[in-house]
Amino acid sequence: MDHSNTLKLPLHRRLADEFRRWPVTLKVGAVILLTIVLAGVFAPWLVPYYPYSQDLNNTLQPPSLAHPFGTDNFGRDLLTRVLWGIRIDLPFGFLTTYVPMIYGVVLGSLAGYAGGFFDSVLMRVLDVVVAFPFLVLIIVIVAILGPGIFNIYLSIFLTAWTMYARLARAEMLVERNKDYILAARNLGYGPGRIVFRHALPNVMNSSIVFSMSDFVLNIMLVSGLSFLGLGVTPPTPEWGAMIAEGRDFIFEAWWISTLPGLALVITGTALCLIGDGLAQRLGERRHALI
Amino acid sequence: MNLITYIVSRLLQMIPVVIGVSLVAFLAIHLVPGDPVQLMMHGRATPETLQAAHAKLGLDQSLLIQYWHFITNAATGSLGTSIIQNADVGKIVGERLLPTVLLLVTSAVFAILIALPLSIIAARRSDQAADHAIRLVGIIGFAMPPFWVGIILMLFFGIYLDWFPISGYGRSFGDRMYHLVLPSLTVALFLAPILIQSLRAAILDVMTAEYITVARAKGLGPWRILIKHALRNALMPVTTILAVNIGWLLSGAVVVEYLFSFPGLGSLLVRAVGQRDYPVIQGLSLVFAILVLVVNLLADLSYMLIDRRVLKA
Repeated sequence: MDHSNTLKLPLHRRLADEFRRWPVTLKVGAVILLTIVLAGVFAPWLVPYYPYSQDLNNTLQPPSLAHPFGTDNFGRDLLTRVLWGIRIDLPFGFLTTYVPMIYGVVLGSLAGYAGGFFDSVLMRVLDVVVAFPFLVLIIVIVAILGPGIFNIYLSIFLTAWTMYARLARAEMLVERNKDYILAARNLGYGPGRIVFRHALPNVMNSSIVFSMSDFVLNIMLVSGLSFLGLGVTPPTPEWGAMIAEGRDFIFEAWWISTLPGLALVITGTALCLIGDGLAQRLGERRHALI
Repeated sequence: MNLITYIVSRLLQMIPVVIGVSLVAFLAIHLVPGDPVQLMMHGRATPETLQAAHAKLGLDQSLLIQYWHFITNAATGSLGTSIIQNADVGKIVGERLLPTVLLLVTSAVFAILIALPLSIIAARRSDQAADHAIRLVGIIGFAMPPFWVGIILMLFFGIYLDWFPISGYGRSFGDRMYHLVLPSLTVALFLAPILIQSLRAAILDVMTAEYITVARAKGLGPWRILIKHALRNALMPVTTILAVNIGWLLSGAVVVEYLFSFPGLGSLLVRAVGQRDYPVIQGLSLVFAILVLVVNLLADLSYMLIDRRVLKA
């Protein structure tokens, strides 16, 4: 493998090179996600309304030019609330995906590399966590700790690392018998250095691909909890909470529930497309390396 | 390894998990910050009623004895008493078990009915337009939260077309099936994308086998090979795929039951959490986990009966 040539290229050339290799799903997904992120960041300047301000003369208005997504039972502009919802759901999904991923991958790869007692204990803990349906476990923990966004974070941090630990461990079991690990061991490197410096970059790929689906699931989780009345409370413009509020007006105002859900679906689709593309891209790279 | 030793060793493997699961469920009531009884009664309990409730729940005994009572009682189907509903938790949960199991079964059937034709087409036309289109549909389907899909189905089939009831659970069997259509379709749409992906991979995998090449060499048509030869073997992992995703299926069922006011375990859980009915939450978490473990066990055993090669490994 000849790295010297690519390293000499200026950064923008290398980035352009990388971008050209992206599968179309990755490109499309990234563009949609970037648009959503920008819409969330600039939400206050994009719409003339405020997500909490009520207009009781204009309640339950169907979608129109003044209110493209209509208004809800308090006359709040739904498009505004959906855009502000990005600022709640996206950061939540990001944190609940990538924080557990860090220690999940570390724990899993250490267990896979070391084996023995630590590995068996970790696997038993995993078996127990996985025995509960994910949503049930989260609901029970939230019931124990009490409602509130902080406790939802805590309950997810307690449970969500398990999938990453599993994936990283499985990959590490394959990886640890490869020649480069043997070489590193023969050079006298300690297990810490071998795992973190040498093996970790190679056991990360499946976790990175999975993290995109996990991101979607976690956004669904917070909106699902809010929908059940166990998560974010009204009047916060969270998508799931908005869908729940709209449920009471399903007969006269279909847009209150369906349009915030559409935002969720578009965000989820973008993330899944990125995951699909990443799997293709990383798979290709992995083949090139072996 | 013969059949009996396989089953016994499989059951022995479950013991540490069952202990861990029961420990988690047991601790559900003890990890509550503050006094769970006080919380259940919204802080209005007098010292006397508090003491009586503690005695009734056994909270005045040592943790180890309480845990022992918990597992021995659970083994006989008794899960404690709900102070709020003043009823046996085992009975409350038991009444709700059948509707949820029924919902799971009908959802799995719907999901297979949706996923099978699509995955056959995707595998048959792999890397062609149809395959890509089905993958895209799968991705969008995966990104649709079940409670939202449920609302859309309610709006369209329940309110606009007025074909199916949008809440509750009927009295007679036929009526129940009628009430189950929309909830199970919602759960099925939640499960189908994963099923399509795994089934497509399984079919493609089988298509590389030598006996398929033989069938092709005999001059059989591609559809005939697929339906009569490949599908039988590709379908074997379906039980495994369904079992692996049972937790997923149940998570979807919780939200969907709540949405459709369906009297199952999931809607009971949501209500119990809202009422802070800790004994019910405790019993339910145990039942949910046991349900997952049993389904996985059954799937493993049925797989072993279909494919005896598992015994040799």
